[in-house]
Amino acid sequence: MSTVGSEANGRQPLLKIENLHKRFGELEVLRGVDLEVRRGEKVSIIGPSGSGKTTLLRCINYLEKPSGGHIYIDGTLIGEKKSGENYVHLSDRELARERQEIGFVFQRFNLFPHLTALGNVTIAPQRVLGLSREVAEKRGREMLQKVGLSHKVDEYPERLSGGQQQRVAIARVLAMQPKLMLFDEATSALDPELIGEVLRVMRQLADEGSTMVIVTHEIQFASEVSDRVIFMDQGRIVEQGPPKEVLFKPREPRTREFLKHIQAR
Amino acid sequence: MNFFQIIEDKGWYFFTTLLSGWPATLTVAIGSLAFALVFGLIVALMRMSRWKLLRWPATAYVEFFRGTPALVQLFVIYFGFPDVGYQPSPFQAAILGLGLNGAAYLSEIYRAGIESIHRGQMEAALTLGMTPRRAMQYIVLPQALRTMLPPMTNFAIVLLKDTSIVFTVGVLEVMALARQLVTETLMSAPIYLMAGAMYLCVTIPMARVAARLERQRQAWH
Repeated sequence: MSTVGSEANGRQPLLKIENLHKRFGELEVLRGVDLEVRRGEKVSIIGPSGSGKTTLLRCINYLEKPSGGHIYIDGTLIGEKKSGENYVHLSDRELARERQEIGFVFQRFNLFPHLTALGNVTIAPQRVLGLSREVAEKRGREMLQKVGLSHKVDEYPERLSGGQQQRVAIARVLAMQPKLMLFDEATSALDPELIGEVLRVMRQLADEGSTMVIVTHEIQFASEVSDRVIFMDQGRIVEQGPPKEVLFKPREPRTREFLKHIQAR
Repeated sequence: MNFFQIIEDKGWYFFTTLLSGWPATLTVAIGSLAFALVFGLIVALMRMSRWKLLRWPATAYVEFFRGTPALVQLFVIYFGFPDVGYQPSPFQAAILGLGLNGAAYLSEIYRAGIESIHRGQMEAALTLGMTPRRAMQYIVLPQALRTMLPPMTNFAIVLLKDTSIVFTVGVLEVMALARQLVTETLMSAPIYLMAGAMYLCVTIPMARVAARLERQRQAWH
């Protein structure tokens, strides 16, 4: 089970998802998803709302507990461990340790309103990684500079625009130096004129070789940045491949249908 | 003797006597408030726990202490505990009684405050690698505290007034001294009115603080 399939370079994938299922009561949101993401790969997930793409993302770092299936990052099981033949859930502390490696950018930013931009970016390095204040602040300032906000270091989130808030949220994730970054419709809550600045930062991260899984409605962005595009519908991966194929020459009728809708907007 | 003459003749004596009860009143108020602040938070966290074994006793506790009169609770502690081998002093009984009672009410204020913080805050903290406990400590509670301060101040006002029942277990606070003065002079109205006025002198400023906190609650800075 742990042998990894036909990776081109033979290395184990950074992220490996096996037969993932998720039910909310009667509702089956994920119906068996398998996915592998290589180190440095950029994968975009598109699909209609309710297709399960956000739930898939949230399962990867166990914000949602999967109802079935397993997730591995760098070969390590996420959220559970093997005890003999059985899988048991990790303790809060063990789970928290695993989550440090997985950055998550939310649609609604979720900045901490009681902390400044710098405070938002330094709190986890200080409280989780145990860095000293000086080291954490140095790193925090670098990350804020990287997202183009060195002039907003001492501002509180309520004084920042949506685009600026999302960039702080990205800096906050970067400060933890995660192996994998997950973006959950990171630009969907933004006014149209603010989307560009966030996409620019994401593109820059992609260019630097970060491993990213991006749930998005920005087809143009997905086509330019991704190595692979995945189309999901009704809790399953319907089609995947290079963006040129999935986005411009889709094989599946459902993918065609969806893209037509998106473009008609 | 008419009312005003009484005040003129005996007013200063009443005033100084009642004033000497304030250290006891404040000791009980502050002591039970401190107790309720700490214990109420524990109860609130237990009520929101994942584990039934913690939730259930906490819920029973809150129901019991909110559903029975504080005076009954006080009597159980002061007059009932000796039956099981522990005789609390009047102060101990008063602080424990009002503290346990207050913790039940405060736990609900804590709970409402914590639940008013958007789920995304906890989630963001978790994704950054914090344990639920740290997320509560560094992210949720500091924000919830802001929401909770106005109702907590109101609670402190209620608690201060409720200390007037602890004369029943022998604490020599303002109300106990007022009753002694009445027994001594048989002049109820001026004495009790003066006692009431003294409570007002403390509660009105507190209420104003609560109102100001309420106004400031929305803006962060």
